[in-house]
Amino acid sequence: MVEDTKIGGPSGKFPVTRWSAVLAARSEDPAERSRALEAIAAAYWKPIYKYIRIRWGKSNEDAKDLTQDFFATLFEKEYLHDFDPAKARLRTFLRICIDRFVANDAKAAKRLKRGGGAEHVALDFDGAEVELSTAQPLLSSSASVELVDDFIEKEFVRSLFGLAVEDLRKFCNSGGKQVHFQLFEIYDLESDGERPASYAELARKFKIAPTDVTNYLAFTRREFRRIALARLREMTTSDDEFRREARAMFGVDPE
Amino acid sequence: MNWLSDEAISRLQLASALPDLGGTRYRLVERVGSGGMGTVYLAEDSILRRRVALKIFDLPDEQGELRARLLREAHVLARLEHPGIVPVHDAGTLADGRVFYAMKFVQGERLDEHVKRLDALSDRLRVFQRICEAVAFAHARGILHRDLKPENIMVGPFGEVLVMDWGVAKILRDAPAANEQEPPQDMGLPRNTAPHADPLKTAHGTILGTPGYMAPEQARGEVDSLDERADIYSLGALLKFLSGSGEPVRTLEGSESAPKAVAAISATAMAKEPSSRYASVSDMAQDVSRYLDGLSVSAYPENVVERAARLAYRYRVAIGLVLAYLVVRTLLLLWFRR
Repeated sequence: MVEDTKIGGPSGKFPVTRWSAVLAARSEDPAERSRALEAIAAAYWKPIYKYIRIRWGKSNEDAKDLTQDFFATLFEKEYLHDFDPAKARLRTFLRICIDRFVANDAKAAKRLKRGGGAEHVALDFDGAEVELSTAQPLLSSSASVELVDDFIEKEFVRSLFGLAVEDLRKFCNSGGKQVHFQLFEIYDLESDGERPASYAELARKFKIAPTDVTNYLAFTRREFRRIALARLREMTTSDDEFRREARAMFGVDPE
Repeated sequence: MNWLSDEAISRLQLASALPDLGGTRYRLVERVGSGGMGTVYLAEDSILRRRVALKIFDLPDEQGELRARLLREAHVLARLEHPGIVPVHDAGTLADGRVFYAMKFVQGERLDEHVKRLDALSDRLRVFQRICEAVAFAHARGILHRDLKPENIMVGPFGEVLVMDWGVAKILRDAPAANEQEPPQDMGLPRNTAPHADPLKTAHGTILGTPGYMAPEQARGEVDSLDERADIYSLGALLKFLSGSGEPVRTLEGSESAPKAVAAISATAMAKEPSSRYASVSDMAQDVSRYLDGLSVSAYPENVVERAARLAYRYRVAIGLVLAYLVVRTLLLLWFRR
């Protein structure tokens, strides 16, 4: 049996907080607000950037500016104060905000003027462009609201899972569990054509017992789930909203 | 960060959604269904080599609130050893932080589905009587269900009726009866339930229950004052559903609408004021039983015509025989006189 309880604190688990970036964005403390901006932008910038590129047909340069400015305005104008999880999901709220933001030509024209003083976060737009070219999403500029929401939902899950995978990589590396992460990466993240057919094949490749493969994968999946939920928790404002979102994210909606 | 393909996301979603049963005696077979808070899986108990149902909350329980709630439900079930209530075998926490309990795997269908195959009101009322028996037993053990509805009743392949989902049950009396066995300590089950931990009321003040089946006082959030009559209200709504409001029914009298007596039983149980309802589930079940036997019911005072019609229906065979005898006798007399 593999001992998995020596890293990441006394329980060997990824540390989980109950901090909500959405609530922190309403804080009076600038440092707290800045931290909230980073967390929300990290999870949502890619879906929003891709949405602006496809739905609004903007060039990559315009989409970059609009994405940066949108997040700056979101906090500057305190849009999140109006967010009510009982009325809409956060991504629906953000989609409505971005539609208004992009559609408002007057504000768009002022973009450059305002951009100088606004707080921006570093975003990897080149990476997002590569993603757009790798897999063209099924969304056109004339798509229905339902399709648009599905697209943003899917891209949000992709973004959040991507962040969770990165967190997991760092967590495993810091605990000397590189093999755990490599197994997870090969078996769960690679596409079918590239992944080994069986645990036995993986065991041979890494020179470990097949039962270790089972245990290592169980560990990384468990921690991935924990990390992804911690990331999701940051994007929600209450336990009920968190549970609803988590069930949707993992595809376990009530029948 | 590498881009995650749709395929990888689906795989991660599946791997994250499935419970981590490593280190337990259970092996996952398949997902059975989901409810408000958790998912039920079919699993195999590798030690006893039998199939069990695992009810597992979907999310890890950071504050222990869900654990307390699920284990509380397990505790409630452990107190209720009755053929109409699904028995609980085990409870605990999985390696991924999700809490679970194992119970008997019930093969069958929910009442709202099963009722479609029961045309006759009498058959439906017999199912209702079984539900009443289980609820009356729970009341005798000091436990209210508080979420009785067709979706929470299972009917097995041999006609066994099981009342499910005791997640928002209320323990009226903590002290068990003298002959009742306490759950073992090592299950980690809470022995007492503090009033503030009432599962009916969420942290945000939302009242759990089902509109249409929930007693008015429960909907108003009068959690502390609820008693057996809240369940009686729900049973009244269930009876209304069974007697035709849910699925069309064929009554004893051959009509397709609920007989007045049955409607009256339902209406009495669903009275706005708890004091106007039946005092106990047994009283209600007795009225249903009397209706099935062709007797008058306490909830519906008959007039002379209705009483005569009911008696005529009840003794229809005897009356038919007497009438046939009289007709034959009259015909014979007329024949011989001619």
